[in-house]
This record gives sequence, C-alpha cells and structure tokens, in this order.
Amino acid sequence: MSVIEEKYDVCVVGAGHAGCEAALACARLGLDTIIFTVSVDSIAMMPCNPNIGGSSKGHLVREIDALGGEMGKNIDKTFIQSKMLNKSKGPAVHSLRAQADKVAYSMEMRKTLQSTDHLTIRQAEVSEIMTDRQMVIGVKTFSGAKYFAKAVILCTGTYLGARCLYGEVINYTGPNGLQPANYLTDSLRDNNVEIFRFKTGTPARIDKRSIDFTKMQEQLGDEKIVPFSFTTNPDDVQIEQASCWLTYTNEKTHEIIRENLDRSPIYAGIIEGTGPRYCPSIEDKVVKFSDKDRHQVFIEPEGIHTNEMYIGGMSSSLPEDVQYKMYRSVPGLENAEIVRNAYAIEYDCINPNQLLPTLEFKNLKGLFSAGQFNGSSGYEEAAAQGIIAGINASMSILGKSQLVLDRSEAYIGVLIDDLVTKENHEPYRMMTSRAEYRLLLRQDNADLRLTKYGYQVGLISRERYEWILKKEKLIQDEILRVNSVTVGANKDVQEVLESFGSVPLNTGTTLAELIRRPELSYENLGKIDPDRPKLPAEVCEQVGIHIKYDGYIKRQIKQVEHFKKLEEKKIPENFDYDEVDSLRIEARQKLKQYRPISIGQASRISGVSPADISMLLVYMEQQKRKGKVEGKNHGV
Amino acid sequence: MNTDTIAAIATAMSPSGIGIIRISGEEAFSVIDKIYRAKNGKKVLSDQGSHTVHYGFLYDGDEIIDEVMVLIMRAPNTYTREDTIEIDCHGGVLVMKRILETVLKNGARPAEPGEFTKRAFLNGRIDLSQAESVIDIIQSKNDFALKSSIDQLRGALKEKIKNIRAKIIHELAFIESALDDPEHISIDGYDKRLKDEIEDILDEIEKLIVSSENGCILKEGISTVIVGKPNAGKSSLLNVLVGQERAIVTDIAGTTRDILEEQINLNGITLNIVDTAGIRDTDDVVEKIGVDKAKACVDKADLIIYVVDSSTNLDINDMNIIEMLEQRNVIILLNKSDLPKRTTEKEIRNYFSNKIISVSAKDRTGIEELEETVKEMFFQGELKFNDEVFITNIRHKNALLCAKNSLEMVMQSILDKMPEDFYSIDLMSAYEELGGIIGESVDDDLVHEIFSKFCIGK
Repeated sequence: MSVIEEKYDVCVVGAGHAGCEAALACARLGLDTIIFTVSVDSIAMMPCNPNIGGSSKGHLVREIDALGGEMGKNIDKTFIQSKMLNKSKGPAVHSLRAQADKVAYSMEMRKTLQSTDHLTIRQAEVSEIMTDRQMVIGVKTFSGAKYFAKAVILCTGTYLGARCLYGEVINYTGPNGLQPANYLTDSLRDNNVEIFRFKTGTPARIDKRSIDFTKMQEQLGDEKIVPFSFTTNPDDVQIEQASCWLTYTNEKTHEIIRENLDRSPIYAGIIEGTGPRYCPSIEDKVVKFSDKDRHQVFIEPEGIHTNEMYIGGMSSSLPEDVQYKMYRSVPGLENAEIVRNAYAIEYDCINPNQLLPTLEFKNLKGLFSAGQFNGSSGYEEAAAQGIIAGINASMSILGKSQLVLDRSEAYIGVLIDDLVTKENHEPYRMMTSRAEYRLLLRQDNADLRLTKYGYQVGLISRERYEWILKKEKLIQDEILRVNSVTVGANKDVQEVLESFGSVPLNTGTTLAELIRRPELSYENLGKIDPDRPKLPAEVCEQVGIHIKYDGYIKRQIKQVEHFKKLEEKKIPENFDYDEVDSLRIEARQKLKQYRPISIGQASRISGVSPADISMLLVYMEQQKRKGKVEGKNHGV
Repeated sequence: MNTDTIAAIATAMSPSGIGIIRISGEEAFSVIDKIYRAKNGKKVLSDQGSHTVHYGFLYDGDEIIDEVMVLIMRAPNTYTREDTIEIDCHGGVLVMKRILETVLKNGARPAEPGEFTKRAFLNGRIDLSQAESVIDIIQSKNDFALKSSIDQLRGALKEKIKNIRAKIIHELAFIESALDDPEHISIDGYDKRLKDEIEDILDEIEKLIVSSENGCILKEGISTVIVGKPNAGKSSLLNVLVGQERAIVTDIAGTTRDILEEQINLNGITLNIVDTAGIRDTDDVVEKIGVDKAKACVDKADLIIYVVDSSTNLDINDMNIIEMLEQRNVIILLNKSDLPKRTTEKEIRNYFSNKIISVSAKDRTGIEELEETVKEMFFQGELKFNDEVFITNIRHKNALLCAKNSLEMVMQSILDKMPEDFYSIDLMSAYEELGGIIGESVDDDLVHEIFSKFCIGK
C-alpha cells in the first residue's frame, strides 16, 4: 500500500481565525499553501460569542486590516449590528464592535479561501509534525499521508486533546461537538514542546421564539456605521441592523447556582485546566462577587437565518437540568427553550515563551504557531497572531527579514510580546490597559501605523500605500496650518463660541488653542476658519485628535523614543549567558529560558533587574570591542 | 544609548571643603541654564566655550542656594562622552543635597548606582581592560543601594507607601474596567470622586515629602553601636549622651525593635546609636535572639563604642566581645571610673590599639573626651557618613516629588474635562514612582486588580 506524499511551501494546521489569516498571508505572498481542518464546514467558525471587535479587540482587527489581513473585510460583509464603544471617552479607547451573522461570516471566509490562488483546503486531522534535527519538515495526517513543507503553522485552537463538560457529562469533542485532535499533542511532547492545559466556556443558545423580549431593554446599533476595514466604503455598510437585548440575573438565579455548585465540574474539581478571569462563568461571578445582587445578561442574535440567541454573561458548566432552571429564572427567559447547552471546554496549548516574537519556535526551526494554541483567547487575538505567523513563515522561506511589531507600534506587538515574554497562566485576552502607549495606538490610526509594513511584506498594494503617504502629508500640513492660524476676538468668533457654550475671547489666540477647549473641536470651528482646505473626513479626524491631545501625545512620543533605544539593542541569537559572570542566578536562568531578542525584551522578563541589564550591556560592549580587536588581528 | 540626563553627588558626603555635583546627558546644559546665574546676571552657560569654569550663584527659583564654580564640558571630550556639567559648591552635606535636589527638579534624574562609569564605558571612553572593574562598580553599588533602599526603609513608611499605591491602583482598575467593559461598568460622574481621592493622596504624599526633608526616610548619620556585657553601664551612658547633647530622639511608629535606637548630635556630627542587649554567653533562647541581633548590629556599624565595666574583671563575655571587634572602628570606654578599678587600661591594651577613655556615666566625667575623639576620627576620615543613605534619601524624595507631580497632572486633566482614559496615564506614572521607593515594580498589578475587584467580561 502506498501513502500519499505531497509537497508544499507551507502547511497550516487549523482553519479557525488564526489559520485563515496565516494561510491567506502565505498564499497571497505566492507560496504554495495547504490548510488542514477537521471539518471544511467549520472554517472561520465562531463557537462562542457572535461578535467581532470590542474594547481593544477592535484595535486588533483594524491592525490586521492595515497589514493586509482579512478579518475586517469579512466582518464588514457579514455584520448585522455595529457599535463604536466608549464614544464619550478619549479617541484611544474608542472601539468598534460588530455583531456577526455567524454562518455568513464562516461562508464568506470560506469563499475567500477558495478563491485564493496557491491555497489548498484539505479536510484531515494532522496527527504528527515531522522533524529533522530541530527543523520541521512537514506534517503527517491520521490516515498516514505525508505533507512535506518548508514551514508549518500550528493554529489548532481549542481542538487539541479537547473535552467539553457540563455537570457530570463529559464529551470528548472539540467545540460545537466537532472532532477533536487527539494525537498531535504527543508528537509535540516528543519534540520537547512544553504543553499547558487551559479551559474556557460558552453560554447556552436559546430559541428566539421562546424569549419574551418585552421584559428586556433593546440595544440598538449606531446610527452611522463605521466599517472595520480601511478599504470598505462607509456608504456600503449602512444596513438595517438587528437588535440585541439586555436583561439581568436576580437573587433567585444566584440561589439556584449556589445550591448546585457541587455539581459544577470546576467546583467539583473535575476540570484541571486554567480558566480566564476576564470571562468568568456565571458560577464564578456569583461566588466571587457575592455582594452583587444582579448581573447583566446580553441576548445577542447568532445570525439572520437562525433562531438561536446567544446568552452573553451566562456561560456555565452546570448540569443540563440546572441550566434550564437558571436561565428560566431570568426575566424574559421564563419559557426559554435551549437549543445548545452551555459548556466548558478544556484543551491543550503551549507555554508561549517557547516562541520567538516572530511566532517561530526557538527550538524547532520552521515551526510557527498562532491563536489559542499559543495560550490566547478570542477570535481577534487569534487572527492577529495568524497574520504575523503567516507573514514570518513566508519571509523566512523567501529569505527576507521577519516582521516583529513592537509595543509602541501596535496592539499586535503588545499581544505577542506579552505572550512570549511574560508568565502566562490563563488564556490571554487583549485589553487597552495592557498597551502602555495606547494614546498612540488608536484604532483610528492603525492604517497610518502599519500600512507600510503590509506594503513591505507584499500584502498591501502600492496604491493603498501611496494613499497613506499622501494622507500623512495632508495631516501634517493641516496641523501646521491650524497651529499658525490666529483667531481675533471679533463678533463673529464670539458668536460661534457662544453657540457652543464656550467662554468668549479677551484677546486673539490660535485656532489650535480653541480646539483644545473641551467643548470645541476641529470640526465645529469650521465657520471661523475661512481658509480651511477641503479635506477627507479621515484626515480631519487625525488633525482634530493631534491638536486636541497634543500635550499628552508628545509626552508618549518621548517615552516611546526612550523605549525604542532598548528595543533596538539586539542580543545575538546564540548569546551565552553563562559567560556573563556578574548576572544573578535567577536572572541568568530566566534569560537562558526566554532567550530575548533585544535588551528591551530582556528588561521585561520578571526576575531580570535593571542591574542585570546593565551587566548585559557592559558585557555586550566588551564582546563587541574584543571582536573588533580580533577582527583587526585577523586582517593583518 | 541612554540619552536622558543624570545627576549625582560626585564627592563623599562629608563636611569637607568642597562638594561636586555632576550632571551628564543631552539636557545637562538646559538644566544648568535654569538654575545658574552669573554675578552680572547676563552670562548663559550654554553659550560658553567647552571646558571653561564659571563663577556664579545657584538658584532654586528665586532663592540663592550657594555660591559656586561651574565647570562646563561638551561631548565628546568628557568622562561619559556626553555633555557634562560639574558644580563645585561648598562642602556641607545639606548644601550638596539641596543642590542635587534642585538639579533633579529641573530636568535630570538621579543616576543609577555606577551609571556614570557605565556610560563612560558604553560610550567608548573607558578601555576594555577596565571592563571588569566597571562591572564590579555597578554590582557593588547596586548591592548596596538595594540593601539600603529596601532593608533600611522603616516599616511604617513602607506601609504608608503601600497603602497609597493600593488606593491608586484601585482607582486605575476601576477606570480600566469601565473602559474595557463599558456596557457593564459606568464611569459617569466619577471625576468628582477621583478628585477627592487624589486630594487625600496628595496630602499624604505631601506629609511624606516633609518628613523626608527632616531626614526621616532613612536615618542619615554614622551608624554607631554600644556593646558591653550586661550591667557594664551602656544604657546609662546613652542616657548621658542623649541628655547632655540635646539629643533628637526619633520615635518612629510601626517598627518593633528589641534594640533601642537613638539619634544624637555631637558637635554637628550625627550618630545613630543602637543600644544592644548585653552580650553574654547564654543558652536562654529569648536572650540569645537579642545577642544575635547585637552581633548583627556590630557587623553593620561604622563605629562601635565598647563599654567595659572597670569595676569587674574581664570575663568570658568580654572575650567574646573583643573577638567580635577585631579590626573595627572601636572606642573603648572604661566605665565606672568612680568605683575601685579591677580592669585597667593596660589590660585592655593587650587587645586593642584603639582609643581608650576612662568615663563615669554616673559622674558624667570623660564624656567630653569621647566627643572630641569622635570628632577627630570623623575629620581624619576614619569615620564616614554612609553616602548611599543620603543618596537613597534624595532618590526617595525625588520619587515622591515625581509622584506628586503626576497626581497634580491628573487633577489638571480632571479640571480640563479630559476623558477618563487620560487620567490613567498619570495615575500609572505615580504608581510606578512610588513603587520605585519600596522596590516594587508594576508587572501585572493592574490586570490583577481589575479581575479581582471588578466583575467584567462576557
């Protein structure tokens, strides 16, 4: 009997949000790519919440888009409601979130994959990675077929060694009852990959017809919809939107939960995986925040063509009978019919500190990974890693330099740096508070920050890149102009100020100074700025933000300059920490384990002190000079 | 590679004739221009030639601090290869401290231990053969700085700073929770509450700054230990010293000690005196702990006053003490000179070459000679202040001032009606600055606080 043997440039294992971005990036860069999935019908499936974006996650989607990824475009084509969160707050925390039609989202992504050249979709369970001397050479499927490749990208999501639990019931399946991947973990362990076990959960889906919406508050989308993708024409997304609904748990709900806690697999100790604190089950909320007499419950549609409603805020792993009681205690859900039970899912993932910031394994050349497999959670976090892993696998095959975004450039940079540099004990979720330079990393300027990188690697067209250059110029020119325009204390000006409830001027001032007043903005001062050029809205937005928050932005830019200096100081790949006598033992161990690529990354490892960093710097300088001396001698 | 501007006192913290404060970095000139004024009031140092010396006055705002000579040196022909300013001032400890604080207020930050040398090396000024010594300097200074900044911090201060930090992180976590999950947590009307909270915190920090000005963060002075076997008269001697010399008795709450600590001032020299439990060979566990502590104190002390009971014979306890004091700065006091002598100066001479003084704590004789001896040792350089303590104090005060400044910026943001996410920026800076004092970094504190205190998430 002969087995199938095929050759590709890249194998992508898993077709979730990470896998799709990774495969698309590779194929679009001209590499022969094969993407494996246990079910072709589950490409870009959303097994949990039916939305894309949200606080800080919306930033990630924008960044993926600026790099030439697909997520933003795909949700723009398939959303059913959209909302800009935190609109009353500063521009840095505005975040876009859209409710998705899950089936449409998945179908649309599948269509994109299918119509991409160099991309092959294959339904099969990958059971083994094939390696040769610390280098990956391909994958083997459960059927024994071998696929040789120059790079392999693992995006196995929650499928590895997965089991789903509620109450006493344990299903040995992946999410949504899909086939799990039961063999790959062993193959990874054989290659000395350190494995973690994490868990997460999802609430029940309830039949819309059994819900009494009159007892709930309707949650509408924004009147003016902003698309995710910088390439989407805003006029094309002004659709008729679906509604979400808000209701609350109550003391009775909490009582039902408390009475049945012993039947929860987590509280009964059956679940061994570590769960995320930011996405607590309703059991956790009731136990940990016992002083709260109610918790919010968001009822969200799963799509246009389904009756299923997602019960946001009430994920659970309580037994089926308790789930019925619990959900039915919530106003509006008294007659709820469950379509799918809530459950917790446990799965294998890796300790991500085995990865370089390029998302390649330090000890297995050519092996990359992305998404929940790396210990993150969330569709957006997965997709963000997926595109980076795809780009870097491609760059390494093409012999080009890798793309590492740093913490001052992108949320993607913060996400990956946190994963590979910090101790991670729970599924990692993005948050705006994790980004120390968040004032600069806004969702509105993701294109200005990252399009150049997308262009450099080859995922962004020249035309799109040139528009960014032009946009930058327009912004700069207009900022200069606004800073120099003076406004006199004349009658017209005072009238306009008065109309916005702003104090009249005593003497003349600059337009910029007026814009900084809380009640005024660049947009609403057009009337007293007769020489204002006609500019696209996206340019005006940037000008307004820059003028208004000038002081804060300048301060962060200064901090970034300092940060960059340490980031740019690279540590050689084979640096021998044992040679640096003066390092403290703890620091030496940590540095050897993490093998940071830069002094900056080294300084963020817990257990490495500023004094250790000084030692490293002095030692590296010493080596550099020795090298020079020796080099000279060889020359003579 | 570091281009920010650093400053430190370059000379020893002693009452010698001249003190030097050194500033290095890109902004060295902008700092000195803000605080130096020539006699005729016109000269601006950044306009002057490199490697020139200028006479003038140093100002903190409108107040003259000292009459100084300023040496200006432009990069790259300097020790660090960066722009460097040296301020030669009058050598008192207080003057030097004051000048350094003024420099820090005007744009420099306190240099890390060994940082001038590190920069000199990294910028190619020191050659390779000296690299090892550079590492040693950084290492030893850091070890010391760490010890003095954390170990010596008094429990009460540490607790206060921890409490303030806990309040700040809680506010931060609330803001961030609301930003992260705006549909669950509302932040409307929060600015008023935050303003009140920050006013309280500012008050507390202000108090800490005042107490740091009184030298109460770390005790500055010569660390001195009184040892002797039980009943040698140590405590009565201390009482004499304290009583006669208008001692400043510092009583710092929150520290539990079974060792009594006093601060006294002898002719302008501050001694931090620790009165130890009598040292004797003992099996009694409780007493043994006291004795072990006394031994530990001796190891750390700059000066040891060994009180010998001249009315009894030297015994095994004295021998233990004598062994402990080998090669240390010791002054031997033959106490109870009012009683018949059983132990003489001659006997002691067998063991020590140090100064021996006959005293009577009871009659208060010989005390003046003790004072003179201490003074002499100090001016001859046998005894030194612990410079690192001064430096650590300046560092702490600077951190407190920075934290205060950051919180004032939060107040300004509230006043300017900025959106709430802007408050976070300066709240976090204040949190970091305060953490530096107690040796705690930021790590994942915020994320942890968010998840433990606020119920967010889908």
